[in-house]
Amino acid sequence: MKYLYYPGCSLKSTGKPYEESLKAVFSALKVPLEELRDWNCCGATAYMAVDEVKSFALSARNLALAESQGEPAPNGMVQLIAPCSACYAGTLKTQRYLAENADIRRRVERGLSDASLTYSGRVQVRHPLDVLINDVGVERIKEAVKSPLGARVACYYGCQIVRPYAAFDNQQVPASLDTLVAAIGGTPLDWPMKTRCCGGSLVGTIREVGLRLNYLILREASRRGADLVATTCPLCQFGLECFQPGMNASFQASVRMPVAFFTQLVGLSFAIPERELGLQRLFVPYKKASIGG
Amino acid sequence: MSSPTARPYGPADKAGTRPALVYEVQKVMKFESELNPQFGEEVAQKAHGEKLFACIQCGTCSGTCPVSHYMDYAPRRIIQMVREGFEQEVLTSSTIWLCASCYQCTVDCPQQIKLTDIMYALKQIAIARHLYPKNFSVPIMAEEFFKQVAKNGRNSEGKLMIGIAWRTHFLNLLKYSRLGMKLFTTGRMGLVEQGIENKEQLRTLLRGVEKTS
Repeated sequence: MKYLYYPGCSLKSTGKPYEESLKAVFSALKVPLEELRDWNCCGATAYMAVDEVKSFALSARNLALAESQGEPAPNGMVQLIAPCSACYAGTLKTQRYLAENADIRRRVERGLSDASLTYSGRVQVRHPLDVLINDVGVERIKEAVKSPLGARVACYYGCQIVRPYAAFDNQQVPASLDTLVAAIGGTPLDWPMKTRCCGGSLVGTIREVGLRLNYLILREASRRGADLVATTCPLCQFGLECFQPGMNASFQASVRMPVAFFTQLVGLSFAIPERELGLQRLFVPYKKASIGG
Repeated sequence: MSSPTARPYGPADKAGTRPALVYEVQKVMKFESELNPQFGEEVAQKAHGEKLFACIQCGTCSGTCPVSHYMDYAPRRIIQMVREGFEQEVLTSSTIWLCASCYQCTVDCPQQIKLTDIMYALKQIAIARHLYPKNFSVPIMAEEFFKQVAKNGRNSEGKLMIGIAWRTHFLNLLKYSRLGMKLFTTGRMGLVEQGIENKEQLRTLLRGVEKTS
């Protein structure tokens, strides 16, 4: 079965290592991934603040494109993978509101028909974490591990992949990333910041607030003795990793914590070369300490 | 009456005088006639019939919000102010711009009120009426982002940052120049504008939505 892949704007720039490692891991597991042709931006949180229905229309175009380009899985639904949390939540929210709100549906459908597009609701939006755990399965992943991770990992889910529309994990105490990290030979840490908001774009707009939210997460990870933080979202990764000098200056701290995409860690355990996983692009380098865990 | 030199509160200075422990309490009273009684309905409608009148003022949203301590009014108060009609205060508050849409309150609310959607509705109203401080970067980012996506179908993070700096504090660009260089050298940010092929289709789509409003 083929999965359609909707990268979103971030995975083509700041989140490039996420795209590289995601493709490498899926190819190693022999799960076909095909990029959605001519996808557009999901609108993220910024578009929603200006015009909500237009923001739904943006996602509706992607859903319409997916329906026409993909082949349905056995459950009759085209499988669309959205690795970025903002794209994932935004597209799921669009589906929910199109289904529940007749007025929004009428307005979006008008736009779609003007643009000669149709969407009839036969797309299932998936996060790659969901696909790895529930479609590929922990057993197949374990079989592919050649060099167990052997690191203490603070699994950071962020906000928008578990809240409020996702259904593949618990909203308060998610566990899928911990399960995955354990399967590839890492030690997932018990810590309370799993789904605490990193502030997203606040780090670029109201800097002081954004820095503090990011700092609190890293400080707790260090206190718990983490070797690194694993993230599932390009914006979380960007804030947590790239603003560490700013945090240290603002809070008289000395944080230096690697923050890697979970797909990079899976790739490392599969012994995929570091360059294919985009590890050279990280600001705070992560090198596996010991081969064989 | 006690003399100003013999005030009983606060630490004494060198001369032995104590400052009074006086808090200047500013209580601005509003009469019902100064409020907008329709504001609650307007917001509820914009947030799709959101049942903000079902709020029991328990404060779960304020307690669970990761940025409530930076807000001038925490979410619980905002809800009450919206339904009482404190239109001006709500739309010019810092609260609506600090909300980062993490949906924690929405998930935790015992009355299933979608607070994040209410915050979005308030942002939309404030942006439409230009009710935000000059040089304030959150709504400016939203507008720049909106323009870029409507035009090209995708956003280009590098161009977005420059656009925001241009309209807020241009010198901020210097602050971010090291970060920008590092992103550039690690191949994580390009200066080429991103875009889709079928821009005309996207424009037709957005125009079609506009016609229905």
